[in-house]
Amino acid sequence: MRDPEDAPESTAPLTGDVIRCDACPVLCRIRIGQTGACDRYANQEGKLVRLDPLLVLERGCGGKAVPFLEPGKPWDGKLVAPFVTGIGATTTYPDYKPAPFIVSSKVEGVDMVTVVTEGIFSYCGLKVKIDTDRFLGPEQAAVRLAGEQIGHVTTAEYGSQMLSLGGVRHLTGGSKKEGNVTCDALLKLANKETVEVQIDGGSSVRLQAGAAPVVNGEQEERMRVGCGSATIGIFAQQWHGHCDEVIVVDDHITGVLTEHQAGRFLDMRPAGIRVRGRKSTPGRYFKVAEPGMGWGGTDITEPLSIIEKIDPKTAWPGMRLLMVSTTGEDAEWFVLDKDLKPQKAEMPAPVRNVVERIAENCEPALCTVLFMGGAGGSLRAGVTENPVRLTRSVRDSITRVTCGGAPVYVWPGGGITVMVDVLAMPDKSFGYVPTPALVLPIEFTLPLEQYAAIGGHMGHVVSLQQVLETTSWRSA
Amino acid sequence: MAQRLSDGRLHLQHGPIDLVILGSEAQYERASLRFGTVLEELVAELPLLRTPVGAAYPLARGKVARRMIAAVWPHRAVFVTPMAAVAGAVADEILEAMQPKGKAYVNNGGDIAVHLPAGESFDAGIVNDLLRPRVDATIRLQESCGVATSGWRGRSHSLGVADAVTVVAQDAAAADAAATLVANAVTAEHPAIRRLPARALKEDSDLGDLPVTVEVGPLPPHIVRAALDAGVKVADAMRARGLIRAAYLALQNRTTAVIPEVHFPALGRST
Repeated sequence: MRDPEDAPESTAPLTGDVIRCDACPVLCRIRIGQTGACDRYANQEGKLVRLDPLLVLERGCGGKAVPFLEPGKPWDGKLVAPFVTGIGATTTYPDYKPAPFIVSSKVEGVDMVTVVTEGIFSYCGLKVKIDTDRFLGPEQAAVRLAGEQIGHVTTAEYGSQMLSLGGVRHLTGGSKKEGNVTCDALLKLANKETVEVQIDGGSSVRLQAGAAPVVNGEQEERMRVGCGSATIGIFAQQWHGHCDEVIVVDDHITGVLTEHQAGRFLDMRPAGIRVRGRKSTPGRYFKVAEPGMGWGGTDITEPLSIIEKIDPKTAWPGMRLLMVSTTGEDAEWFVLDKDLKPQKAEMPAPVRNVVERIAENCEPALCTVLFMGGAGGSLRAGVTENPVRLTRSVRDSITRVTCGGAPVYVWPGGGITVMVDVLAMPDKSFGYVPTPALVLPIEFTLPLEQYAAIGGHMGHVVSLQQVLETTSWRSA
Repeated sequence: MAQRLSDGRLHLQHGPIDLVILGSEAQYERASLRFGTVLEELVAELPLLRTPVGAAYPLARGKVARRMIAAVWPHRAVFVTPMAAVAGAVADEILEAMQPKGKAYVNNGGDIAVHLPAGESFDAGIVNDLLRPRVDATIRLQESCGVATSGWRGRSHSLGVADAVTVVAQDAAAADAAATLVANAVTAEHPAIRRLPARALKEDSDLGDLPVTVEVGPLPPHIVRAALDAGVKVADAMRARGLIRAAYLALQNRTTAVIPEVHFPALGRST
């Protein structure tokens, strides 16, 4: 056992960069950049500073807090770095917010800093997912508003058409009008408002985050349950015994029950109906028609038009044929006459039930909007004197990034490129500056110690109380 | 400093000590009275309390200091100073001074002394990662005891890499000491782990120049498992010796417990 007299604090002399904190009887010796035992007091460049449960307001260039630039307000074109309306910090201590954080403070007591800024994003855009299989326009087609190109149709995804809007080329790379129209469209969509866009060689689409898309004036109701082949697979058992053949019409893959593995498995008799398009695997056909506003995202309105031929050696009179789309919205029932011609007939109840079940299994079609932007640039200077350390801290999951409190996805690779669901953000989160660029809240949350370590503006950290007392604020 | 929180609980703070207390009005008075001198008593014996416990039982004057020493004494085979139990010992001391009859607790920044009459229970939530606070597990306590949590992100430096080690023991000082030592044992060697001498972070640290964890990057699963296993081994040994009742260990989305009274309602959620 060491002699107590040898304990460090009794022997080590106070040197230039160590100060004695006299805030409490512990009388911690604190070296420059360190905090005392309480983590409330720190040695900043030889001075004792109180850190505490915090939220900070850093001033913009003019010495005033700058929230959003008002529309029409002059903008000097400079992307001033510490364009920060608020730096916030909170603590896991129960001092200021007992109930919600008591759980965290029970576990460990780390003072947390949240740097709240409103970032100006000149590199930003929206990814819009439109739950529809209807044809909106060819891939790469221009998406326009007021004649200006604000983005393009990008690759289709599961049950959805995708638009990519904005981006630096449309915002600042084209004409002034193009930039302004793009910025206006992004702002509205990000703030959950409605924008109707036109797609070259395609449709007019009304977009609103969280609402059903409206294509050429028609509201999209639901997503398809799956492609035609998937629909066959899901419902084959339920059709068995009620139908001799089922053709599920789909722009991507049209399914034919008796040829399909699912029909074979049920020992169904081949029906001899050959559909148009290119056969993929048995019972699965690509490109039975052109994309369009008809059945299952194709251009057809008359389902029999996709039947190429009916083989008289295999088909038989009285054969019962269901044709249905992948959303169950369109369906027709046919019975083959003595000349093997399909004749429309009234759909039997058991078959009708399955058609309705397809519809029931389709999820409501929504238009959803993800904001994507780069916070890896000069914005970081509002947080730290050494920007790359913030980037690394985010990369290492030490610093958590949120936008208006909403969780973000930080894209791997260089920079701090984030994606956030605008629906998860508070209303009216977005503003703009005439650069044109979008302005939105972004918060970096990290332990106080780490904030000091990445070169944070420790001198600007003030208490939450102080901010609430001296600043006008509103609760979300 | 004493103040009442909006929900009526008492908040006492002096220097590095932060207490949130639940009890009756009379008990709050007794707690405040006792709290008045606690920090001075501790400071008077700080050199002793910051010295590693060795072959001889340290003799302290203060009652809190004696609680600290009693709590760490069984663990003297490894490096430990009485400071490993300071938070829990203060909580125990205040709780005792309150002379509680009904449900009461003293929460000292996460180290909690709990008084529970028969039939009452107390649910404690565990947050593994303060950067993503959520209740990752809950512990239901049904008799008077102490609960403490330690981890490298905590205010006290850890030699280990655990996100959270929560221990239930007969009192908060015992839980505090055990949680610290189990958390120290959850350790590994990996390039993603960064350590610094304790004194580079806190000049006065009782850990001296021992390397403490300052950063833990993503670890491969086998490292996580091995580190947790090392901690479980230590916790199991403590339980076998009657030093703790239960322990919960969390490291990078992997958790483990040494007894079955711990529930894991929210595991598996990704962030």
